[in-house]
Amino acid sequence: MRVAILFYGIALALRLTARFYPEFRARLKERDLTVQMKLQDESIKRYFVLRGGRIRTRAAVHPNPDVTLFFKNTRVALNVLMPPQDYGEMVHAGKTFQMGVQGKDDLLVWWMQTLNRMLGARWKFGIELDDGEVRYVNNTNGGPVHVYVKDGRIVRITPIDFEDKDAASWEIEARGRKFSPPRRATVTSYSLAWKSMIESKDRNLYPMKRVDFDPDGERNPQNRGISGYERISWDEALDIVASEFKRVKRDFGPGAIAVSHGSHHNWGNVGYYLSSMIRFFNGIGFTRVIHNPDSWEGWYWGGVHHYGYSMRLGNPEPFGQVEDCLNNAEMIVFWSSDPEATNGLYAGYEGTIRRLWAKELGIKMVHIDPHWNHSAAFYGGKWIAPRPGTDPALAQALCYVWIDEDLYDKEFVEKRTTGFDEWAAHVMGREDGTPKTPEWAEQETGVPAREIRALAREWGRKRTYLGAGGLGGGFGGACRTATGAQWARMMIILMAMQGIGRPGVNFGNLQQGAPLDYTFWFPGYAEGGISGDLTFTGSALITYPRMPHVMSMNPVKQAIPRIQLPEAILDGEAEGYFTDPTSMTGQFLSFKYPAPGHSKIQILYKYGGASLGTMNNTNRWVRMYQSDKLPFVVSQSIWFEGETKFADVILPACTNFERWDIGEWTSAGGYGHQFYNQVNHRVVTLQAKCIEPLGESKSDYQIFSELAQRMGLGLYFTEGCSEIDWVKRVFDASDVSQLISWKEFQRKGYYVIPADAPKARAPTAFKWFNEGRKKDVPEPHPLPGDYGDEYLEGLQTQSGKIEFIPETLKNFEDPERPPLNRYMPSWEGTQSANLIDKYPIQLVSSHARYSFHTLGDGKNSVINDIHDHRTLIDGHYYWIARVNPRDADARKIRDNDLIRLYNDRGSVICAARLTERIRPGVVHACESSAVYDPVGQPGKSADRGGCVNQLTNHRSQSKKSSSMAPNACLIEVERWQNAESEPAEDVA
Amino acid sequence: MKKWNMIVDVARCNNCYNCFVATKDEYVGNEYPGYTAPQPLHGHAWVDIERTESGQWPMVEAAFRPVMCNHCDDAPCIKAAKNDAVKQRYDGIVIIDPELAKGQKQIVDACPYGAVYWNEELQLPQAWPFDAHLLDRGWDKTKLEKVCPTDVFRSVKVSDEEMQQIAADEELSTLEPLDGARPKVYYKNSHRFDTGFIGGTIVSEKDGVEDCVEGVKVVARSKDGEIGRAESDAFGDFKIGKIQKNLGAVTLNIEHESGSRSIDIDFGESIYLGPVTI
Repeated sequence: MRVAILFYGIALALRLTARFYPEFRARLKERDLTVQMKLQDESIKRYFVLRGGRIRTRAAVHPNPDVTLFFKNTRVALNVLMPPQDYGEMVHAGKTFQMGVQGKDDLLVWWMQTLNRMLGARWKFGIELDDGEVRYVNNTNGGPVHVYVKDGRIVRITPIDFEDKDAASWEIEARGRKFSPPRRATVTSYSLAWKSMIESKDRNLYPMKRVDFDPDGERNPQNRGISGYERISWDEALDIVASEFKRVKRDFGPGAIAVSHGSHHNWGNVGYYLSSMIRFFNGIGFTRVIHNPDSWEGWYWGGVHHYGYSMRLGNPEPFGQVEDCLNNAEMIVFWSSDPEATNGLYAGYEGTIRRLWAKELGIKMVHIDPHWNHSAAFYGGKWIAPRPGTDPALAQALCYVWIDEDLYDKEFVEKRTTGFDEWAAHVMGREDGTPKTPEWAEQETGVPAREIRALAREWGRKRTYLGAGGLGGGFGGACRTATGAQWARMMIILMAMQGIGRPGVNFGNLQQGAPLDYTFWFPGYAEGGISGDLTFTGSALITYPRMPHVMSMNPVKQAIPRIQLPEAILDGEAEGYFTDPTSMTGQFLSFKYPAPGHSKIQILYKYGGASLGTMNNTNRWVRMYQSDKLPFVVSQSIWFEGETKFADVILPACTNFERWDIGEWTSAGGYGHQFYNQVNHRVVTLQAKCIEPLGESKSDYQIFSELAQRMGLGLYFTEGCSEIDWVKRVFDASDVSQLISWKEFQRKGYYVIPADAPKARAPTAFKWFNEGRKKDVPEPHPLPGDYGDEYLEGLQTQSGKIEFIPETLKNFEDPERPPLNRYMPSWEGTQSANLIDKYPIQLVSSHARYSFHTLGDGKNSVINDIHDHRTLIDGHYYWIARVNPRDADARKIRDNDLIRLYNDRGSVICAARLTERIRPGVVHACESSAVYDPVGQPGKSADRGGCVNQLTNHRSQSKKSSSMAPNACLIEVERWQNAESEPAEDVA
Repeated sequence: MKKWNMIVDVARCNNCYNCFVATKDEYVGNEYPGYTAPQPLHGHAWVDIERTESGQWPMVEAAFRPVMCNHCDDAPCIKAAKNDAVKQRYDGIVIIDPELAKGQKQIVDACPYGAVYWNEELQLPQAWPFDAHLLDRGWDKTKLEKVCPTDVFRSVKVSDEEMQQIAADEELSTLEPLDGARPKVYYKNSHRFDTGFIGGTIVSEKDGVEDCVEGVKVVARSKDGEIGRAESDAFGDFKIGKIQKNLGAVTLNIEHESGSRSIDIDFGESIYLGPVTI
């Protein structure tokens, strides 16, 4: 009886909702259809006929319904239909076949989404201001923002100032002073530049097909990157893609579809690549183009073996460091660490205030970097500028002085480490006859021995924080070069010798370890979102059990290492190593393309267009795209930039300002566990659909949804939900829903997660280890089975201690990663005898400051006008290359001249910036240009877009890993006379 | 009568360019009648950041200085404008009228600071209007302050007398040329931008081994007497700052137990002397 009432109630509710809500009334007019709902035995039944927005209903079985929803029995129907909606019951009923559907997939999706829209008809988002503007909230990879919208257009985007009633800010006491962060969320330039990116003339606004691509005839792959495009309808575009999917799956079998994606052009838990994209392609079956741990490299492939932390890909635990550093540290060594440029990662300028406090407190700063980087320029301090890639030698000389002058923590070394004697024998030269003296290191690094000695003595005598990499505990810079693993390993060795975890001695540059609540759960973007993927995302740990949804699984076991994608296509072979956060040894497992029994790639589905600026030796990508070995290329992209112009079909995606999502600032989760530890206030945002998608662009979710419907997977993919319904499901699943109502969250758009009371704060990182206690910091790692001793006793290593000579490397033969971390000069560096005569300049390509990878750059964004980002010369915005005046003089290069950076791999035109802030012999030009603009034949001519990664070597740091080394790159530089008149030089 | 003034702290500028980008966001594509017509997408920098770099590898400094319309009390642009196209409001904000100023390129040329830009498409002189449309709507501060993560900017609405007091108390200065325009954008820690340093590294040598020497006193004198002093740090580095550019003859006296030493310098811009062995 109750089921019959519920069926009837649906009709009633639809009519009532349509009466009161015009938007819903309009939706009902979108489709005419007949829906049958019933128990499987037809004991209870009702059909609904929708015609022109009007509903007729009868408690009967319709002879010819468009779609049917049936339930096994009364119990199941009640579980699923009884308000409030319980997705756990619905998913359970679906997975067990206790409920089912028949009929056309697209109509089923529409009907289910309509029922959801009915439930959400009353939802009202944003705050109306008195001048006709509505203020919404959204999120970016540089911070959360307020978005002011009027008449369907974004007026302005600003950072968020917190209200009095938002959660109180933390306060810490340090050296007799109290510190509390400002009550606001700081953001980056590329967060504030979004409007210009949204309204960019380079937006893909309509589905496009390359003019000389005919899926049923000549495909002309050789013209990719050259030929123009013609506008086609969404139906045409999606039909081509879906029929190509079906064709290659039928004709070639599993693995014929490869998916390659960038990482950072949007933000949120629903629309992100680790969410919708994976959910969709798991349903299709795809060859994964596997990302190497691009920002972690040396920490993962090297550092892990000394102390574990595989879950963080080799980065150390970050807890409590802000309080400890400000109270107890006397010096911070920034080693290849420029947090003002990288914003740590995603974190606006949140760490900046803490570093200013450190300066006020008189904590000394040292910057080790070939570039007097942005952080050094802002905070000042001692500049030590080693030749790129020689940093491990510098670190070994520090060890030498510490041993020689008795400046290390002997008790810690004795109790908490293994293998020190062997290490010391190597450092002091007893093992190989070469003492690693400062004079020895001077030869390698170019840093005067006296300076190395002075640094060693300062460090040995002062309680010192080591800010290694942008986050302070890892990330970027020196870990992304041929000696990256050596360097990261040295950083851990240095900390082991100084007794990490004693007061004032830890990893960090005040970017991480703010005194926040590390236990409050809101999913980060790598925690799977709606993917349901329990293997390749972090979903299984919390998201999946907290947010019931249908799990998804990729039936294709084939994978390609991303950096070798061109070889996989062109040579038909590639081999890589897995990034496995769960263990220290999973990284030793290799995989080959093609995998046994799998198809070679027939389709490349590209999501975003960043590769030419972000991968290495990227003219290879052009060659791949122009090959007939790649019959079909789809690009699902927001902008016509980078490699988008090499696609056969372009599917125009919209930005996350034009669709719904939900996400926490700076929160990655998964391999980026607790990344929010960088911000001063944890902020969860309801990312509003501020405006309608421009042109005919659609959200990624919508594109996948419509493709899914062409594959009969619409209901599987959507579970009957629109994006906003998923947003609500994520909200409900998270701890946030326990502290703010959905209604208030809709209105306000953000929630500040309260910080812990001082006594409830997470303990300082490594303190437990230093003091020989059980692990007491809130991180779900190592896995219980990975402890050598009792659970929570010691580190992830076999011994549970920091291992100077790692056991894991003893069990794995890699001549480039010997157990004893001896110094081996870069395979493309100062000791590359023949090459350096031809190409005497070392190129350092750090992450850009004013763009986030390719996001923010190019695409006619206002970021291009930033003098320190690009320079406008003769109508082109040229990428900046920083050259020391001495090197410039020798080549007759003046400030703002166009210069050609080149080697055997390619040729890139940049604007010269003469500066004493770069060491002679080194040129600094950021990676990640979004613009690829060859002056002649693509792949065979100089690029004036600024993709300096055309010059970088794609060799793996060690051949038995999948790791990139863009900072091991030799080039020559010359003046570029006239881009227009000079013929483009052919490069191999 | 209280007027809006802007105080800019050069020492706190991190070169993040949020002020520049936010000003683009506010004015590109947006029209605020009575205040300003839209700013072109590219080319204009109503709020810009100037950069200076000084010294030589491996001892360098960099400083950053946001610049914008100074909203001068005796604004040359007001004098240059016809039809009262540029007006100073009761609260001190100088507005270039987007209707009346059409075609008046001389307003651009009149600004001694180069802060007025020519909008080619609209044939209009344009400058940063102190976010007056937002202040008039009730904002308690400019957008620059809202977006700046390091609190470089501080707008104050005070009387001229109060502003003079603040300027004196906080040692504020205004941009050159000081030609009587009476700018209302004030700078704190301008020395970061306008002055130079003399630096070096004190080194000792014993048995062929070089070491940095800490605690060595270095005094710089010009013909007018002492201009600064410093002590070498653990790296042997000393740096004497706030030296007026192009000062000319400067003598450094380096005092150490092993004897003193003096070095003569013709000071123009910042200089790193390299290792000085004692």
